[in-house]
Amino acid sequence: MSATIEKLSDVVIKFAGDSGDGMQLTGGQFTNAAALYGNDLATFPDFPAEIRAPQGTIPGVSGFQLHFSSNEIFTPGDNCDVLVAMNAAAVKSNLFNLKKGGIIIVDTNGFDAKNLRLANYAEGANPLEDGTLDGYKLYKIDVTKLTREALADMAGLGMKEKDRSKNMFVLGFLYWMYNRNMDFTINFLTEKFGKKPEILESNIKVLKAGYNYGDTTETFMTRYEVPKAKVEAGTYRSIMGNQAVAMGFVAASQKSGLPLFLASYPITPASDILHDLSKYKNFGVRTMQCEDEIASICAAIGAAYGGNLAITTSSGPGIALKGEAIGLAVMMELPLVVVNIQRGGPSTGLPTKTEQADLLQALYGRNGECPMVVISTSTPSDCFEVTIEACRIALQHMVPVMLLSDGYIANGAEPWKFPKASDIAPIEVKFKTKLDEGETKFLPYKRDEKLGRPWVTPGTPELMHRLGGLEKQHETGNVSYDPENHEFMIKMRAAKVEKVADYMPLQKIEVGAEKGKILVLGWGSTYGSIKSTVLDLIAEGYSISHAHVRYMNPLPKNLGDVLKNFEHVIIPEINSGQFIKVVRDKYLVDAKGYNKTQGTPISKTELKEFIKTNYSK
Amino acid sequence: MSEVIEKAALTSKDFANDQDIRWCPGCGDYSILKQVQTILPQVGASLENTVFVSGIGCSSRFPYYMNTYGLHTIHGRATAIASGLKASRPDLDVWIISGDGDSMSIGAGHTIHLLRRNLNVNFLIFNNQIYGLTKGQYSPTSEENKITKSSPMGSIDHPFNPAALALGADSSFVARSVDRDPKHLQEILKRAHAHKGTSFVEIYQNCNIFNDGAFEVFTEKGTKKMHTLLVENGKPLIFGDNNELGIKLDGFTPKIVNLNEGNSANDLWIHDESELMKASLLVRMFDDPAKEGAMPRPFGVFYQNDRLVYEDVMHAQIATAMAKPGDLDKLIAGKETWTVN
Ligand SMILES: Cc1ncc(C[n+]2csc(CCOP(=O)(O)OP(=O)(O)O)c2C)c(N)n1
Ligand code: SF4
Ligand SMILES: [Mg+2]
Repeated sequence: MSATIEKLSDVVIKFAGDSGDGMQLTGGQFTNAAALYGNDLATFPDFPAEIRAPQGTIPGVSGFQLHFSSNEIFTPGDNCDVLVAMNAAAVKSNLFNLKKGGIIIVDTNGFDAKNLRLANYAEGANPLEDGTLDGYKLYKIDVTKLTREALADMAGLGMKEKDRSKNMFVLGFLYWMYNRNMDFTINFLTEKFGKKPEILESNIKVLKAGYNYGDTTETFMTRYEVPKAKVEAGTYRSIMGNQAVAMGFVAASQKSGLPLFLASYPITPASDILHDLSKYKNFGVRTMQCEDEIASICAAIGAAYGGNLAITTSSGPGIALKGEAIGLAVMMELPLVVVNIQRGGPSTGLPTKTEQADLLQALYGRNGECPMVVISTSTPSDCFEVTIEACRIALQHMVPVMLLSDGYIANGAEPWKFPKASDIAPIEVKFKTKLDEGETKFLPYKRDEKLGRPWVTPGTPELMHRLGGLEKQHETGNVSYDPENHEFMIKMRAAKVEKVADYMPLQKIEVGAEKGKILVLGWGSTYGSIKSTVLDLIAEGYSISHAHVRYMNPLPKNLGDVLKNFEHVIIPEINSGQFIKVVRDKYLVDAKGYNKTQGTPISKTELKEFIKTNYSK
Repeated sequence: MSEVIEKAALTSKDFANDQDIRWCPGCGDYSILKQVQTILPQVGASLENTVFVSGIGCSSRFPYYMNTYGLHTIHGRATAIASGLKASRPDLDVWIISGDGDSMSIGAGHTIHLLRRNLNVNFLIFNNQIYGLTKGQYSPTSEENKITKSSPMGSIDHPFNPAALALGADSSFVARSVDRDPKHLQEILKRAHAHKGTSFVEIYQNCNIFNDGAFEVFTEKGTKKMHTLLVENGKPLIFGDNNELGIKLDGFTPKIVNLNEGNSANDLWIHDESELMKASLLVRMFDDPAKEGAMPRPFGVFYQNDRLVYEDVMHAQIATAMAKPGDLDKLIAGKETWTVN
């Protein structure tokens, strides 16, 4: 008797288990298989704060949420349809997020007395037996036992090694349940364990055992099919935010003809950019892991002076340390990109959770009046283009640029219709190598039409000059304590940043009409939630539009006009209200915030609820 | 050929510029500036390939007075900025100018990492044992009990021994000189420049405003010979008013012996710059000169060792990787793609 196949348009699966259960890998595999199949998708990993949190406990639960669909989607989904739980703690910490009537697949081995106690279940309570899970479709599988059975004939492997492939059983089972092909994972395993034939064989065996288990066990009567999404034609890949940032820098280096120099100090969630760029030495990339964040930005400043495309990557605490040196770069007017992959703060805060709370730090967090260009990314794939844009602005305007991303974008994944290298515009860079006609003396702070100053690197004959953090005299760049010159230079540095607006696109409306009742104005990682909320509300008859700001400083020249076209402006942010301060200050509009600081993204459900409760059609 | 002649034609004046020098009259920094300007043409330096990078402090004003490239940066960070510059531009001749506070207080963290990485730069520390620019607080090299504005009852901080600190951080070149001995300073600067790797040079510098005479005993006629020990590679350690005293190793303990009392120069400690263990003892000769039976303070090159230079290895790795240059299209596409028609 074969199972029936039910068609679905949209599925959200949450994989949850102990850090050691391999849930990130399992989720990643299912994601890529779904992508290759042609679904639209979005993912969000949810790491435990500690690398080795005690096994079986709630803080030790590692999660991976995948939303895949036959429609266009913009978020990893609010609530799950399926919860895969490898132990009791995974159920305890994720059940609240499972839709009523949803599916729970559990490894019963993770529900023994010890696991139940570690998950803080009351003495004698067991969710698998006491009715806690009534109202859900519960599939109890003794994954551990079945895995061991599948490997019974592999005498060369110890019990520990055998148990390590448990996640493959679950993956195989899900491939069966969602009618997916296992080839992608078999290829992946072959590449990964090619040199360890026993491990390779055991993983493939268990993967197939999981699949066959679904096929042969009559408990599971339904399989599901999520058809391909109707997406724009083209070639796609799956991309995570930090990967896209790293590749964007390589692209900018190639397109500007300048060597890329990264100096960085490891910090969650920014380290992956350092890891990726360290691998790209075949593109001439120079990476330096410094002793701290101060050294990192300083090394980058040295490299910028030397004529490199110089960058430094960090997260909030590291950006705080870099503040003084960013000021130096502002004074010396050297090109530099500073990346902040934001996380929950203040202080060490919530390192593995997401937040958008460093915007005011980026805009104002330095001594003196120290304006810098600030640009933000909104989705994993958007990071690529934004990174190139940050480099373009830095190099062509001779300014430091802060690029803001966050943990949600950094580790989230989505399909990306990637560009051809030849379609990426070149970045024209000018070095001054000699005095121009009619010039008798080199003026290091003489300005061009963009208000930038000439970039002269050491090694250039006749143009020797000194730069520094002391106030500069207009044009000559000599140290100057003249009061009027100081005020002039403060205004000049601000005007120079403001001038960038002449060279960037105007603000556009993402969805909805140009004029109407409500504008939801966002920036950064709230993009997907806002867009899907607004699309839903338009369908419900609301007069509502979405605009998403990429350029945080300077703001697009027409933003004020865009705002005037709406009666109400709502600004959702994963902070207590930062961009809203800037908007209110600059445009005197009575914007309302929707704010949340729980280390998690704003969901479509809650945003929709907020708008429907407070605004009428 | 003509280029060689042109370079040889540079004089110390070419390395000076028209900026007014802002140090107090009589400050030891003047002498150091002069010696640097003197040796640069001698070592074949060019104006355009030379960069002076400094932090903040009186000493750090130095780059403004040089007609080369220069960066006057932020307090304590010259080492880090110079590291990025040198790592990315190995062709440049990079000099770091720093004070005792700049390099061993706020910037101490970067100092030790520069030394262990061993970038090929020259690192000059103007040690006046005081914060000059901020008008006279004790520094990390000030002696215990020093009375300053911020230590009216005497400093309770134990000072660093900079040369020992540098050697502890595996510096590949450690030397000490003093502003008042131009010839010696020039010699040491030339040696520092010739060394491939980070050359750590501690220069005793008199701040005649806030710490006048701090190094007098090592520089004034009456006391100098008894309190200084000029070390030279391959030569025995001899000092004293009439070069009558020598230093002998008794196990791991240096002992002062009198050559007029039956001791032979052949039995003395022979200085060997390449010997790390002996250099470790030498830099530990750091007695307070006022102490009874104090060891003389050594000056000269204590340690020199050729080891791998950071930027060379960095660029060698890149060259190895570039043997198969990356393809941007392949990078962007990654390993798995799919096509939607
Ligand atoms: C971040 C920061 N903290 C403090 C200062 C103030 N400051 C400037 S120079 C200096 C000490 C300078 O002493 P040293 O490095 O020995 O140089 P010297 O002036 O003696 O040559 C201090 C504390 C500063 N400029 N920046
Ligand atoms: S305060 Fe001291 S170190 Fe500074 S310039 Fe004057 S004498 Fe020199
Ligand atoms: Mg000092």
